[in-house]
Amino acid sequence: MEPILELSGLSKVYPGGLTALDNVDLTINKGEVFALLGPNGAGKTTLIGAVCGLVRPTSGSIRAFGHDLASDWRRARNRIGLVPQELSTDMFEPVHRAVSYSRGLFGLAPDRDRIEEILRSLSLWDKRDERIMALSGGMKRRVLIAKALAHEPDLLFLDEPTAGVDVELRKGMWAIVDTMRERGVTIILTTHYIEEAELMADRVGIINRGKLLMVDQKDAMMARLGRTEAHITLARPLSALPSEIARFPVELEPGGEVLCYRGGDGTGKGKAEVAALTKALIAADIDYVGIDTRESSLEEIFVSLLGEGKAA
Amino acid sequence: MISWRSTWSIYTRELMRFLRTAFQSVLAPVLTTSLYFIVFGAAIGGRMPDLGGVDYGAFIIPGLLMLTLLGETTSNSSFGIYMPRFTGTIYELLSAPVGVSETLLGFVGAAMTKSLLLAAIILLTARLFVDYSIAHPVLAVFYIMLVAAAFSLFGFILGIWADNFEKLGIIPMLFLTPLTFLGGTFYSIDMLPRPWDTIALANPIVYLVSGLRWTFYGQSDVNIWISFGITLGFLAICVAVIAFIFRTGWRLRA
Ligand SMILES: Nc1ncnc2c1ncn2[C@@H]1O[C@H](COP(=O)(O)OP(=O)(O)O)[C@@H](O)[C@H]1O
Ligand SMILES: [Mg+2]
Repeated sequence: MEPILELSGLSKVYPGGLTALDNVDLTINKGEVFALLGPNGAGKTTLIGAVCGLVRPTSGSIRAFGHDLASDWRRARNRIGLVPQELSTDMFEPVHRAVSYSRGLFGLAPDRDRIEEILRSLSLWDKRDERIMALSGGMKRRVLIAKALAHEPDLLFLDEPTAGVDVELRKGMWAIVDTMRERGVTIILTTHYIEEAELMADRVGIINRGKLLMVDQKDAMMARLGRTEAHITLARPLSALPSEIARFPVELEPGGEVLCYRGGDGTGKGKAEVAALTKALIAADIDYVGIDTRESSLEEIFVSLLGEGKAA
Repeated sequence: MISWRSTWSIYTRELMRFLRTAFQSVLAPVLTTSLYFIVFGAAIGGRMPDLGGVDYGAFIIPGLLMLTLLGETTSNSSFGIYMPRFTGTIYELLSAPVGVSETLLGFVGAAMTKSLLLAAIILLTARLFVDYSIAHPVLAVFYIMLVAAAFSLFGFILGIWADNFEKLGIIPMLFLTPLTFLGGTFYSIDMLPRPWDTIALANPIVYLVSGLRWTFYGQSDVNIWISFGITLGFLAICVAVIAFIFRTGWRLRA
């Protein structure tokens, strides 16, 4: 795997003393979709800003495409695109001109075909002559994406691309991310919709209060921290846990009517174990009338990690 | 290594912004120049003696030009950088592979172009009121461009320094306009009683107006080289301040 972005020991203390990034180490590999997950104020935008030249890091180093950003920023920034969190564009400018400007600003020769292709892929072609202020919020965001793609970046930052966007548009955004991934663009997105990270990302990083708490493959994270929980409602209450099922991670809830299984990981081991548990119950002649299983989501992992973060 | 494409993009976009309000950009100077000529040229000028052999109406043209240029160039370029900061669109410039050279060449080049357009409009309007000829037209154009460059840089600094609209307007209002009016726009500082003629020399605008007047009529209150030197000095200070701002990211990068 080829690293495309390497942050090491990156810290940012804002004037006033707030530590927005606290010694962050992170490596992003070519071609992956990385989701930076964290609550409001966690430092996600600051991290992106540090890479894109909007925020001056207090300490640490950033390398992009092998170039040190502190000294060789021109060559690195050429290949980085940014879609900011806020919808900030020149509202009076027509869509087409705004996108062409972005391409020129990044030093590329005008290319009508390329701009047309970008606008079409974002369903903006019909709106190319409209002033940006005449567009809906979802379209404005797509204009920002078009601007960020105009110089054909290899690394794209999407800062909360779906915040405040309705379900339909969110699905549209996911499709856009998929298309870009297929083209080989490395994508770093921030979100606080966990389902979004689960759906789109290859790897997930969880950040809170400027600390990167955990970075892992999404599946590995689920495997490590995921849980299966099953509630088995018994036909007749039990007074104690029978020895036949003692090898399972089960508890008898107060009242003895519900058997509660908590175990497994995010890989399906839990489901298999619940199946084995039910067979053991039948073998031991313990009847049940209902089974209710659920897999914990990234969301719960997230919440529990944040809880630990606070306690620390 | 400077990117000319990036510079060109910034330049054309700035000009586009100017042309978007073309009507206003053209009409305002035409109107103000006409008003000044009606009041100073026709009403008062008829009772004024020639100044150094120059008809009073013609005498005030360089002053008027300077008055409009300083005001327009400063406000234009301060807004040009303040608005993107205010609306957040500056993120694009900051994240682009462009440095201080592209940014300044783009912004200042556009400001110089606008100023020349403006100057042309004012001179054409003035023609409707008085007859005049320009002694050193090439130097006049050069001098106008130099002043435009200096004050667009000054406006640029202002637009970066200001963190609200009030501050953006206060420097032009409190310093630039009064100093321009007192800077020999409508009179020769020889006409001032002692000691005011000496005190007036502390006003930097005097040198600008005087310098431009020299390119027009071959004579001025102060030596042309002093005017030229002061304009260049001001330009150099502004460039140094902006280079510092970009290097440290002051008010630009969090
Ligand atoms: N320019 C700034 N000056 C001072 N504090 C800031 C600035 N920008 C962000 N912060 C603070 O830094 C923290 C992280 O902010 P941010 O990176 O925007 O978080 P996120 O994008 O995860 O919501 C927050 O507490 C925020 O208030
Ligand atoms: Mg944010």
